[in-house]
Amino acid sequence: MNTNSNVYTIVYASVMVIIVAFVLAFFSGSLKERQDLNVKLDKKKQILYSLNLDLQDKDPAALYQQYITQELIVNVNGDVVERKGGFDLDIKTELAKKDESSRLLPVYECNIDGETKYIFPLYGAGLWGPIWGYIALNHDKNTVYGVYFSHAGETPGLGAEITSHVFQSQFSNKKIKNTTNDLVSIAIVKPGKTAEGQDYVDGISGGTITSHGVELMLKNTLVNYTNFLNK
Amino acid sequence: MKSLFSAKNKEVIVGPLSLNNPITVQVLGICSALAVTAKLEPAIVMGMSVTIIVAISNVIISLLRNTIPTRIRIIVQLVVVATLVTVVSQFLKAFAYDVSVQLSVYVGLIITNCILMGRLEAFAMSNRPWESFLDGLGNGFGYALILVIVAFFRELLGSGSLLGFHVIPASVYESGYVNNGLMVMPPMALIILAIIIWAHRTKVKQLQDN
Repeated sequence: MNTNSNVYTIVYASVMVIIVAFVLAFFSGSLKERQDLNVKLDKKKQILYSLNLDLQDKDPAALYQQYITQELIVNVNGDVVERKGGFDLDIKTELAKKDESSRLLPVYECNIDGETKYIFPLYGAGLWGPIWGYIALNHDKNTVYGVYFSHAGETPGLGAEITSHVFQSQFSNKKIKNTTNDLVSIAIVKPGKTAEGQDYVDGISGGTITSHGVELMLKNTLVNYTNFLNK
Repeated sequence: MKSLFSAKNKEVIVGPLSLNNPITVQVLGICSALAVTAKLEPAIVMGMSVTIIVAISNVIISLLRNTIPTRIRIIVQLVVVATLVTVVSQFLKAFAYDVSVQLSVYVGLIITNCILMGRLEAFAMSNRPWESFLDGLGNGFGYALILVIVAFFRELLGSGSLLGFHVIPASVYESGYVNNGLMVMPPMALIILAIIIWAHRTKVKQLQDN
């Protein structure tokens, strides 16, 4: 057979593409369930990290069950819409809604040694791509208990340092409201500088834009929760 | 059975480990070697993934080699590689999620790894499946070997750990030792790789130019 004829080439390419399509569809379909489970488990891990828990060698699903008592859904008026299902909401899509009043926001209520904590998801922009995280507040909905930040592609050693323990541990015990009880979030400043009228932490040298991104992320996400935080 | 492991076949699989190493001698696949070697674990997974993909795609292309129309042979090779890479990437997402997050785009970028196209075009297109399989394994191992060596030094000196376990005792840190942050950055991978190539060429006389 002439393997160089036009007809042969076209038929060969077509058959190949159809076979490949079937193979890929088969693998994608049969592995989907496991992949979704992994994504959910990873989300649970990230939420737990904001509670300063050591997850080494532990089952995150069991810890999540143990600590997280309710997955609330609240609206921008601060009312609890539902007491379950918050986990399935994606803060990214909710923040993208133009109509602010239609946003449904997840809040994770948890219990650590008898004390209630609230965890709020965060989403924003770094230098090269999205950054996200979780912030856990004490029962007063003001004092930070712990934070967790992650990123898609910040510069290693510079912006990517927002994931480091050194950076994240600074947030503990900072307050997100000022003395008159208004939500002001937490400023991230150049090491050595201070911020007026709000709590602040040191930014990352060489990671100024990412640090600023974290500051904006905290502010812009938490502002949606203002009414809930004041209740 | 004897012919399966003839001297020539042995050379096919052992050659890429040293004399014909894809990274240090052919200088192929450098970009992924720099990107995934900050830690040992992703380097091992990347090495394994490339080995599996280059071996299987070599076999497939070798089986098809007499049917592939010459004019679209590169496209056929790419489709085979891309399919395998996608399947491996799906498997990693399902069974080794943490590692797949660390490797991020670099699993997908195996498609553009020069080692794959190089072996398919230079070897699989003109050799039988079994030899092609061995050639794929050999080149994959050669690639993985260098990745593991680079990652060993980068993780040890950059993070003080190996495979995530801290190996440098706390007393060393107390006496003033600090991890070399530069090791975590890509430039040091390039320098370590250059040192490996240097050492390799110094030791192996056949590789030296006159």
